Amino acid sequence: MTLAHRIIPCLDVDAGRVVKGIEFQGLRDMGDPASLAGRYNTEGADELVVLDISASHQGRATFLDTIRRVADELNIPLTAGGGIRTMEDGRAVLRAGADKVTVNTAAVARPQLLSELAQQFGAQAVVLSIDVKRKGDSWEPYTRGGRNQTGMDAAEWAAEAVWRGAGEILLTSIDRDGTCSGFDCELTRKIASTVPVPVIASGGANTFEDFCAVFTEGRADAALAASIFHTQTHSIASLKKYLAERGVAVRLSR
Amino acid sequence: MKIAIVDYGAGNLPSVERALRKLGAETERAVAGEQLACAKAIVLPGVGHFGAFVNGLRQRNLTPPLRAAFESGKPILGICLGLQAMFASSEEAPGESGLAFFPEEVRALPTHVKSPHIGWNQLRRLHASKLLRGIADDAYFYFAHSYAALASAPYTVAACDHGFPFAAVIECHNLAAVQFHPEKSGETGAQMLRNFVESVP
Repeated sequence: MTLAHRIIPCLDVDAGRVVKGIEFQGLRDMGDPASLAGRYNTEGADELVVLDISASHQGRATFLDTIRRVADELNIPLTAGGGIRTMEDGRAVLRAGADKVTVNTAAVARPQLLSELAQQFGAQAVVLSIDVKRKGDSWEPYTRGGRNQTGMDAAEWAAEAVWRGAGEILLTSIDRDGTCSGFDCELTRKIASTVPVPVIASGGANTFEDFCAVFTEGRADAALAASIFHTQTHSIASLKKYLAERGVAVRLSR
Repeated sequence: MKIAIVDYGAGNLPSVERALRKLGAETERAVAGEQLACAKAIVLPGVGHFGAFVNGLRQRNLTPPLRAAFESGKPILGICLGLQAMFASSEEAPGESGLAFFPEEVRALPTHVKSPHIGWNQLRRLHASKLLRGIADDAYFYFAHSYAALASAPYTVAACDHGFPFAAVIECHNLAAVQFHPEKSGETGAQMLRNFVESVP
């Protein structure tokens, strides 16, 4: 009996379409969110993340509609976020069909938001997203989609966030994002050994070996990727088979 | 045949509703006791905080009709926090009373394991189970919780281990309860829900 390592495809959504950016800049259309969600649900994804990367005021209604359409396709957990500022934003996302809400910029600005969300919806519904860049021997969180430096330390921030109520950490390496150079295993190991909650590794996934490394060396509980799944470079089923053959606990679809 | 889904004012009601409807079940969101009295079966879903949950039930006067349904032998399925609410109390909300269908206290997961216990885990079968009929012994289910009932709780038919062995599936006369989320557990979870729906007379 083992807790499986999760494989999580991520849909970055802008104006109702899935897009893919490279190092947080430049966008390419990757398709309809609901059809991609349906495909991943069938292929054996363990969870799905949907992020509103436009996060503009007028885009909010469109995003909630996207969550509804995506949730309709799933019988696995759904995490949604992007531009969540208040408890009411969080409630709207959960009411639209997400199981968890992810926050980043607003939690840095007002960490109390994490406690409020956890008290209302439970820690298991609150995912803190941390986007980091390496800075010597440590990592610095950035907000606003990688644009603003915070001056904080990623490990310290993760520990504080968990103390305040975050139930999971979604950890993205900005340095690796979209570069296909592999996960930053040193980063995930550092954070996973610091916090008592699951850590989802993100940024840089390219090969099957990268996933194997982030679960073993990196000690990640889950791994998230976007483009390699969208472009069908890898199917989730073959990735899981590869991992199972190497002794990594995964849920194999039947 | 109508299944009442208890709407206590929060939680993951839409996904449970969607999963049951996909199986062809007719469902109704129950906010009043009369709806529970009329239904053929009751589903008690729940996420969040034990205290908020039992208070939500109490404020809507749903506690007495739930107890009446239990005593009348009506099938009831508790999911996640819905399982925990069937116990007398929880370490999550000291002083708050649960439905007390079972006398034990729900415990916090220990600190030497990651908590919340989030993700897909397998079960250890202890007794024959109606809910798990037709489901492979090594199948995975999706869990997301920080508290659990000890597996030593009577009527535990399947356990899971995370820090301590806890009750993953409970079956006792007309009561059924699962700590995982069948509505989020893929085809395996759908099969479990189908077993419940088909068990309703």
